[in-house]
Amino acid sequence: MPDAPTTTKKDWSTDQEVRWCPGCGDYSILTAVQMLMPDLGVRRESTVFVSGIGCSSRFPYYMNTYGMHSIHGRAPAIATGLAVARPDLDVWVITGDGDGLSIGGNHLIHALRRNVNLTIVLFNNQIYGLTKGQYSPTSEVGKVTKSTPFGSLDRPFNPISLALGAEATFVARTHDMDRKHMQATFTRAYEHKGAAFVEVYQNCNVFNDGAFEQILSKDARPKNLIPLEHGQPIRFGPEGEKGVVLDGDGVRIADVADVGEDKLLVHDETRTDPSVAFMLSRLANGPYEPTPIGVFRAIQAPDYGTAVQQQLLDAQERRGPGDLAKLLASGSTWTVGNGK
Amino acid sequence: MTETAAETRSTEELDRVVIRFAGDSGDGMQLTGDRFTSVSALFGNDLSTLPDFPAEIRAPAGTLAGVSAFQVHISDHDILTPGDAPNVLVAMNPAALRANINDLPVGASVILNIDSFDERSLAKAGYDANPLEDGSLDGFTVFEVPMTTLTLEAAKETGAKPRDAERSKNFFALGLVTWLYHRPVEPTLEWIGERFAKNQMVEQSNSLAFKAGYNFGETAELFQATYEVKPAALAPGTYTNISGNTALAWGLVAASQLAKLPIFLGSYPITPASDILHELSKHKNFGVRTLQAEDEIAGVASALGASFGGQLGITTTSGPGIDLKSETVGLAVSLELPLLIIDIQRGGPSTGLPTKTEQADLLHAMYGRHGEAPVPIVAAMTPGHCFYAAIEAARIALKYRTPVFLLSDGYLANGAEPWMLPNPDDLPDISVEFATEPNGSGEEGAQAFLPYLRDPETLARPWAVPGTPGLEHRIGGLEKEDGSGNISYDPANHERMVQLRAAKVAGIAKDIPPVEVDREEGAEVLVVGWGSTYGAIQAAVRRVRARGKKVAHAHLMHLNPFPANLAQVVHSYPKVMVPEMNLGQLSRLLRSDFLVDAKSVSKVQGQPFRVAELETAILEMIDA
Repeated sequence: MPDAPTTTKKDWSTDQEVRWCPGCGDYSILTAVQMLMPDLGVRRESTVFVSGIGCSSRFPYYMNTYGMHSIHGRAPAIATGLAVARPDLDVWVITGDGDGLSIGGNHLIHALRRNVNLTIVLFNNQIYGLTKGQYSPTSEVGKVTKSTPFGSLDRPFNPISLALGAEATFVARTHDMDRKHMQATFTRAYEHKGAAFVEVYQNCNVFNDGAFEQILSKDARPKNLIPLEHGQPIRFGPEGEKGVVLDGDGVRIADVADVGEDKLLVHDETRTDPSVAFMLSRLANGPYEPTPIGVFRAIQAPDYGTAVQQQLLDAQERRGPGDLAKLLASGSTWTVGNGK
Repeated sequence: MTETAAETRSTEELDRVVIRFAGDSGDGMQLTGDRFTSVSALFGNDLSTLPDFPAEIRAPAGTLAGVSAFQVHISDHDILTPGDAPNVLVAMNPAALRANINDLPVGASVILNIDSFDERSLAKAGYDANPLEDGSLDGFTVFEVPMTTLTLEAAKETGAKPRDAERSKNFFALGLVTWLYHRPVEPTLEWIGERFAKNQMVEQSNSLAFKAGYNFGETAELFQATYEVKPAALAPGTYTNISGNTALAWGLVAASQLAKLPIFLGSYPITPASDILHELSKHKNFGVRTLQAEDEIAGVASALGASFGGQLGITTTSGPGIDLKSETVGLAVSLELPLLIIDIQRGGPSTGLPTKTEQADLLHAMYGRHGEAPVPIVAAMTPGHCFYAAIEAARIALKYRTPVFLLSDGYLANGAEPWMLPNPDDLPDISVEFATEPNGSGEEGAQAFLPYLRDPETLARPWAVPGTPGLEHRIGGLEKEDGSGNISYDPANHERMVQLRAAKVAGIAKDIPPVEVDREEGAEVLVVGWGSTYGAIQAAVRRVRARGKKVAHAHLMHLNPFPANLAQVVHSYPKVMVPEMNLGQLSRLLRSDFLVDAKSVSKVQGQPFRVAELETAILEMIDA
């Protein structure tokens, strides 16, 4: 196939009026993706966005590609069928913390486990927006919402830990305040062969405004974001004075001055064993203390759709293309004469 | 060998016989019945089978709950059902005897494995007294055969441990019945050789037990006669013995070939539908993709995703699985994409009777979704008919871009009959075309693709698959504007779309054959059936006519929409009766659609209708 034609953001936008609340973090994610697509060198007709239900799931209507706004939680399952049937397509799944981790949690972990060739972007705003403000499976304990006037009792999921627990082959986190970081992360996710999972911290300015303020405000970022860069020692802080070490107790944050630069954990996305990545995902108890951001894990593994396709090709090679008459006569048969 | 036995023994010719093999679920009764069926099919009998097994894989040995049975009806003429009552019962233990004896007519034969009639086994089966001694079997011809002892004796030379060798006793029983009914031995010996090729000891011990059973019949003076059932005069052609699930799976493969589209099956294992997944997963060289999904919802959702990608998405399930798929079926109604939902009905509600048959999902298929969400319904009538029903369901789904329910049931799924192989060239072309060009204009007159601009004839929308340049579009579960497919909350538009979706499905009536009536001049009673009751109803109709009474029979394959002539048909008879394995679901539809006083004849026992039951019901209706 020849190279994709040159496009601009406009080519990837639809004529549909965007209907998120003014100031919603979803706008910046949409803009990041629409601006990124021309750079990925992909074709509109070969790109499909599939979503479930929720604010984030309106996303496909705004992308001038093929798209399906499906039903609550089922996008990973629908996308699995599509990606397995059509390994030639670029299939994106847009989901949220309620859609992907509550009603659709089962489909999400199984899409990751199978390593279906999907780029899954989960908008995490720690709240139900479309149903007007109930707590979500990523809301902190004690969250006071319409459905939890006395505070929520549920312990939250950590989406990165969950994805790593399902042994996803690509796991990353980014946030809606940094277009460059989003685009770099989405590019890596898109280029990954297999299931790529990206959590995007996204602000819901109506029902959960400022949920990530303590780590994402301009002032907080240097202090509370821990950038993960493959092959680099993990360190952060305004002066790079903090770092992450791995010792007998697992990973922990330390002062570089205390432990020495040599003792800092060098980030390796490609570790086959997800345990260290999992430990990194547990560094912060919530988005109010130093939190890793970037690619946690990126390993090579056979993707499901290609493997399915290969089985078909092998079967055709071995047995020849299907012959219906032969199939119908494949059991024991007998013939009744025509009486002549 | 006692020569006298062979010399004095007579051979009787029978036009048909019904044999039931019964034992513990671990005794291999399904396999025994299946082998006897295959040999009879190759011999040229017409036949029909009824496997009947518990949901538990291994219920406690020797108990009534653990009894597994397989009934086969063989004949020298065209038959339609597995038979109402066995002429012969082979019972491997007291529980098998107790669970089945009440189904036997007086005069029937009972062949018992006498070795298992010890006190403990009798107690486990709930017998207070030994039925062999208390006279309760008077009226039956009882043959007491020490099957376990003779099997162990025969298998001795293999060196197998007695516990293992004993497991071959079902082959001893098979050998004995093979002899009794003059079946050839070679096909079974060959089959044993192939099936157990990897385990020499088991292969030998099964072969030896089979031969020992055969020779026992010949040698022992127990049996006064043997029986012959001559081949049936079936229509000329090549036949195979086929179960409903296999026929259905092959029908799906055929549909893929006829549509020139790959098929994708998303399915979660569930009894009694799993065999379709098993069968389809073998045929990857036909381009068949099968996904064992994480749950029932993902099964149908992945199938719908594949349909969006331009393949024919299929999901198979049963019982509770259908409930779980409802939301996605509704989405498919809204997306207007082809999708097959195959329901192998079983007893409900909830887990119900997983291995038993029922027809109680008709109204679920018809109405089991929120909102106005019409879905066409096709039902299979016999095991072999499952093949054609699958092709017809696929045809409707593809042509009208709609989900279609295909209803089968446990009786068809596991039952088998001789099936004349169709010539693939005679099967219909069901191919459809994808959209390739813009079909309208958008803002400022620019060319545009309108995903909901319908074909005026079929009301189907264009099917534009990803990968087609210029036809990029978004669809979803929100209400769409007529034509453009854009989200629309406009009240009048919603009503128009609801009516368009209904009209599209209703319009399929123009594209299906009229229902054929097996009519009889002067008949006042019309029996209307659907699905798997075909055989029992037709057999009952023949018996009623043999008594000189008049009755007509119409059997429905299309349940939504109904054939266009059905209204006229049901109004042509003063009395209409509807036998169903539910509490009257079709009769309810007929009453509401046609204002006809359709009388329900209902049976919900997890077992198919007996011919005699329907014969009586029809006669009562005639005389009423």
